[in-house]
Amino acid sequence: MSLIELADIARTFQLGDSTVQALRSISLNIATGEYVAIMGPSGSGKSTLLNLLGLLDRPDAGTYRLEGRDVTTLSPEEQARVRSERIGFVFQSFHLVPRLTAHDNIELPMVLAGIAPVERKRRVQQALEEYGLTERARHRPDQLSGGQRQRVAIARATVMHPAVILADEPTGNLDRTTGEEVVRLLEGLNAEGVTLVMVTHDQVLGGRARRQLSMEDGAIVHDSALPG
Amino acid sequence: MRLIDSLRFARAAAFGTPLRTTLLILSMAIGVAAVVMLTALGDGARRFVMGEFSAIGSNLVIVLPGRSETRGFNPANLVTSTPRDLTVEDAAVLLRVPGVVRIAPLIIGTSEINASGHLREAMLVGTNTDFIAVRHLKLALGRPLARDELGHGSAEVVLGALIREEIFGSESPLGKTVRIGDRRLRVVGVLAAGGQGMGMTTDELLIVPVATAQAMFNTNTLFRILIEARSREQIGQVKTRVLKMITQRHDGEEDVTVITQDAVLQTFDKILRVLTLGVFGIAVISLAVAGILVMNVMLVSVTQRTSEIGLLKALGARAATIRNTFLLEAGLLSLLGACAGLGFGHLGAALLRHFYPSFPAYPPDWAVLAGFVTALATGLVFGVMPANRAARMDAVQALSNR
Ligand SMILES: Nc1ncnc2c1ncn2[C@@H]1O[C@H](COP(=O)(O)OP(=O)(O)OP(=O)(O)O)[C@@H](O)[C@H]1O
Ligand SMILES: [Mg+2]
Repeated sequence: MSLIELADIARTFQLGDSTVQALRSISLNIATGEYVAIMGPSGSGKSTLLNLLGLLDRPDAGTYRLEGRDVTTLSPEEQARVRSERIGFVFQSFHLVPRLTAHDNIELPMVLAGIAPVERKRRVQQALEEYGLTERARHRPDQLSGGQRQRVAIARATVMHPAVILADEPTGNLDRTTGEEVVRLLEGLNAEGVTLVMVTHDQVLGGRARRQLSMEDGAIVHDSALPG
Repeated sequence: MRLIDSLRFARAAAFGTPLRTTLLILSMAIGVAAVVMLTALGDGARRFVMGEFSAIGSNLVIVLPGRSETRGFNPANLVTSTPRDLTVEDAAVLLRVPGVVRIAPLIIGTSEINASGHLREAMLVGTNTDFIAVRHLKLALGRPLARDELGHGSAEVVLGALIREEIFGSESPLGKTVRIGDRRLRVVGVLAAGGQGMGMTTDELLIVPVATAQAMFNTNTLFRILIEARSREQIGQVKTRVLKMITQRHDGEEDVTVITQDAVLQTFDKILRVLTLGVFGIAVISLAVAGILVMNVMLVSVTQRTSEIGLLKALGARAATIRNTFLLEAGLLSLLGACAGLGFGHLGAALLRHFYPSFPAYPPDWAVLAGFVTALATGLVFGVMPANRAARMDAVQALSNR
């Protein structure tokens, strides 16, 4: 079954008098457990697509089904719930809360979801161990290296056991080796069954995905899963 | 999100910027402290005046020369000029009015006292033997003035405690002669120290017979007649009868004013309560200013934490959750400010009482409670707008803000 089904999705932005067609009639299916890389030139609509997939943005036209359910018509409250339970984000600039420790940053999604403290503690401990951050649990983001920060962010994206992880240029702010390390972590998650959608500029990294999408001017111009 | 977690999150957010938070708490605290201190001053003034008026005696009815336009008590009456003399004879007949226990006629002026090489100016009161009882004063030594039925005026004086000490030191002044103005008077008594009332101390008083004082100042008219009624219930009747009696004696012309201590007390009580309410209002305005500061600080906080708000949304926070954390933060800051303000205010009032022990600067309970509640309410009300702005923020745009 398809985890994600997009049909004729369009998104336009109004900038003063001019309108920008960020997405034009995108139709796309992604199955559970897939590893998809989205590539394309700057301004081609990759981030816009990812934000739509993550329910942070609404399309102007088309339907989006997540796990068989039409999520475009959900209320903001219900969408927040879907984000909380089914979707994990990893950002280029990490987006950690600066005043919170690594431990508290990882715990944050569970705090927002109202999960009991005992369960939270167990899951954070486990995540800290898995990502080799136990020593850094009490450190704030400004006391961590870029790679460590991104590992905290990935740990945070996974503690709620989401169905899909959306990563927008997760290695964009990291050097090559650290970036590869981070991608290996994400691939490890994918190997455990989590669907992974990653936007990247890096041809080499993108090439490691089992499926590549190329975007240009708001449209998917190449899909390695489709013949031709 | 659980309440305890929301609180913890709001606390961490508030103290993430210690300087701004401290300033905000301080401004709120100053507002609340102003409420506490100013109402303590206002209510302290009320208690002080009440105390002073009660100290001049009990169940008092006071006759003063000159007619008041309005029939009630009017503070201007205390300084009216004299159209017709109020005489010692007027005072004497009042003793026959039913319900009257004692009377004391009063003449007041300043004079010089000269004895054993000391010369000083002092307040001189011309009155009778009952003055000390009417005014609830106490004698340290000797006796009051002699009863002077015929009104000739004996050559006697009762000294205030301070005057006695300055002139005679530890020696007993009883029976000694002092020179007051151009007269030689014999000391028959000394007042106990610390007598108060009507804004003056009795420690620097000279009490002489009313006829003697009249002769000294070359006047016939009295300054006041103090009348003590038998009981509180009889004050009203005594007042009417006294007025009638004097009007009769003055050829039917109502040219004196009779006031009762009760009425004076109540009027001052009313005036000073309104005053307290007034300063309370002024202090509350400073709380509103603090509320605007809360809004400002929270708006800055929302702007600075834009990308954090985007992140919270990405992590699945509902709009209500985000609004609540910001409201809680505003509430928390206001609460801390209000508590600190109560502390400062009570401390200030306590310091006032310490340095001016005779001034009872206690803030009234209603003002403390109202100040506290107003602080919390303004903090929350002014926190609503920034919190709503945070909750409504567009997630994608918020995230792209760095
Ligand atoms: N909020 C917005 N308002 C107006 N135009 C926007 C907005 N967000 C995106 N766009 C426009 O939509 C188009 C697609 O933007 P998007 O961010 O998806 O590109 P991208 O492929 O992620 O680019 P990059 O590789 O530089 O991140 C661009 O032309 C951009 O200018
Ligand atoms: Mg982008």
